[in-house]
Amino acid sequence: MATIKLNNLRHSYLDNPRGDEDWALKKVDLTWEDGGAYALLGSSGCGKTTMLNLISGLLTPSEGSIQFDNKDVTQIRAEERNIAQVFQFPVVYDTMTVRENLAFPLRNRGVAKPEIDKRVVEIAQMLDLSESLDTRAQGLTADGKQKISLGRGLVRSDVNAILFDEPLTVIDPHLKWQLRSKLKELHQQFGATMIYVTHDQTEALTFADKVVVMHDGMVVQSGTPVELFESPEHTFVGHFIGSPGMNVLPGSVVDERIGYCGYTVDAHLRADQLNGADSFELGIRPEFVHFADQGIPVDIVKVSNTGRVRIVDTRHDNDLIRVVVPEGESIPADKGYLQFEPYRTTTYVDGWRVGDKVTPISSRTGAATRSQISQSQTSAGSAS
Amino acid sequence: MSQKAQNNKAWWLVMPVVILVAFNAVIPLMTVVNYSVQETFGDNVFFYEGLKWFGQVLHSERFHEALGRQFLFTGIVLLIEIPLGVAIALAMPRKGIGVSICLVLMSLPLLIPWNVVGAMWNIFALPDIGLLGKTLNAMGFDYNYTRQPFSAWATVVAMDVWHWTSLVVLLAYAGLTAIPEDYFQAARIDGASAWSVFRYIQLPKMKRVLTIAILLRFMDSFMIYTEPFVLTGGGPGNTTTFLSIDLVKMALGQFDLGPAAAMSIIYFLIILLVSWLFYTFTMRNEN
Repeated sequence: MATIKLNNLRHSYLDNPRGDEDWALKKVDLTWEDGGAYALLGSSGCGKTTMLNLISGLLTPSEGSIQFDNKDVTQIRAEERNIAQVFQFPVVYDTMTVRENLAFPLRNRGVAKPEIDKRVVEIAQMLDLSESLDTRAQGLTADGKQKISLGRGLVRSDVNAILFDEPLTVIDPHLKWQLRSKLKELHQQFGATMIYVTHDQTEALTFADKVVVMHDGMVVQSGTPVELFESPEHTFVGHFIGSPGMNVLPGSVVDERIGYCGYTVDAHLRADQLNGADSFELGIRPEFVHFADQGIPVDIVKVSNTGRVRIVDTRHDNDLIRVVVPEGESIPADKGYLQFEPYRTTTYVDGWRVGDKVTPISSRTGAATRSQISQSQTSAGSAS
Repeated sequence: MSQKAQNNKAWWLVMPVVILVAFNAVIPLMTVVNYSVQETFGDNVFFYEGLKWFGQVLHSERFHEALGRQFLFTGIVLLIEIPLGVAIALAMPRKGIGVSICLVLMSLPLLIPWNVVGAMWNIFALPDIGLLGKTLNAMGFDYNYTRQPFSAWATVVAMDVWHWTSLVVLLAYAGLTAIPEDYFQAARIDGASAWSVFRYIQLPKMKRVLTIAILLRFMDSFMIYTEPFVLTGGGPGNTTTFLSIDLVKMALGQFDLGPAAAMSIIYFLIILLVSWLFYTFTMRNEN
């Protein structure tokens, strides 16, 4: 068990990186607390796997350092870092039995045989593999193989962290849920730091206590699911988390206040805090936009029914504004007016948030927010 | 099964292939079968002899000796070429310009006509003027492949290794590069040694291509004719007279068509049997 600290970490796969785009990972400073369940979320190619491989030691960073419990491990090889890693495609040693597979990492480290046997039986029991211990690993199904991959990590009692690199990609949908619950259960049981890489927000938000969102080689935000939902640090987080994603609209200054297309908006930012930025953007979650008798006039473009809520696509000028309408509330036919919930709007300059955070509703009506997030998850789940 | 529509018209689609195979394989093979049960004294006069030639060939010392030499040669060649080919494939680079260079170098011997390979080694190994022969003699080795059986054998084996190891290399290399990177990463995290990686990842993943490599090399080396014929002509004495050289001597040298035909069929059945046994044995665990 260890706290993992990444200091000024940068990595490029090229020998002589020149421009910004040559860096797969652009300067990351991050601490993974001991025993945390983290999700590393981001779209494909954003540097998630690179970061994981740097932590496990499969890659050596171009710049910066990695510390486990304040001990510098930057130059230490993967096999000596005591990290377990589960890959996207299950890796099993075909010619070995399940038992031999599980014993393999211990045998390589010269652990005594009685100890190996004991650990293997324990782990097999935990992963429901007891019955297939003496069958050849080759014949197992994808989820069985992935359990073995996981088991080979868990069998070592001294692991600092377990890293998962999109481990459920090749697993059947109905087994994904089971395996994910198993992971949660194991996390509680072992208390090991777990870092779970995925591009699926449902997977990330259900697994993790804390989510790290990456975009284009950078960590754009790290926080609890609620924080990511309420105060996205970057427009990417706003788009990526939530279903549908956050509305991002061009901002303007109206009567020395923050506004949109001539209408003032209550935001946690005064116009004088913009520090002379040429342009800025407003972010508002579809959940916090409501139809009203007056406000921003819009045309209704499309209504999609996702079950518990309806998602309404509306248009003002050329901006698409999505509105989430709960069951039982009426939707105007062709044209309507929109109101933004006060102090739910965040402001962005060059994609990054400026001004204060949105007051967490969780402190007032935490339950409501959670249900809003889980609603988004359900709809994301049903959409995928 | 009864639910399936029977469409026998499809047979017409395979007809061209059937005709082609008939003319280039089945019909010639049948003439051999025809010869193997008859005796002829010329003038196209044939007498039926039953299985007499088969009995004669199977009991002849000459056949036993050629067969023994053949198995010994094939065995030696496989024992050298397969491990050597795998070792070279493991040492080959995985990316960069080196890959193309290695692949071209490896393919070169495979592109040279077989009789040219024989002729090259014939001159290369000549004790008085050949680079190899002269060097060996200058270094104090008594080497003369036209007179000493051991020298002749060593030369024939070296020539075959030079000519065909590349095939094993290319197959093994294809097998190795097809292994996903995840396996090697997982092995590093599991703390596996280089030997374990080879034993538990690379070798099992290469099993299929190596099976093909062994089969191809078994069949080709078992049928070897051109190269040793050009190099040693089967000599000195009969020491490098392998089955096919013996067969040609019998059929065209002595014009014993009946025994030669019987020997061809026995020869063919041995290759078929060994290949089938090997394939069944190695693949019995695959599902």
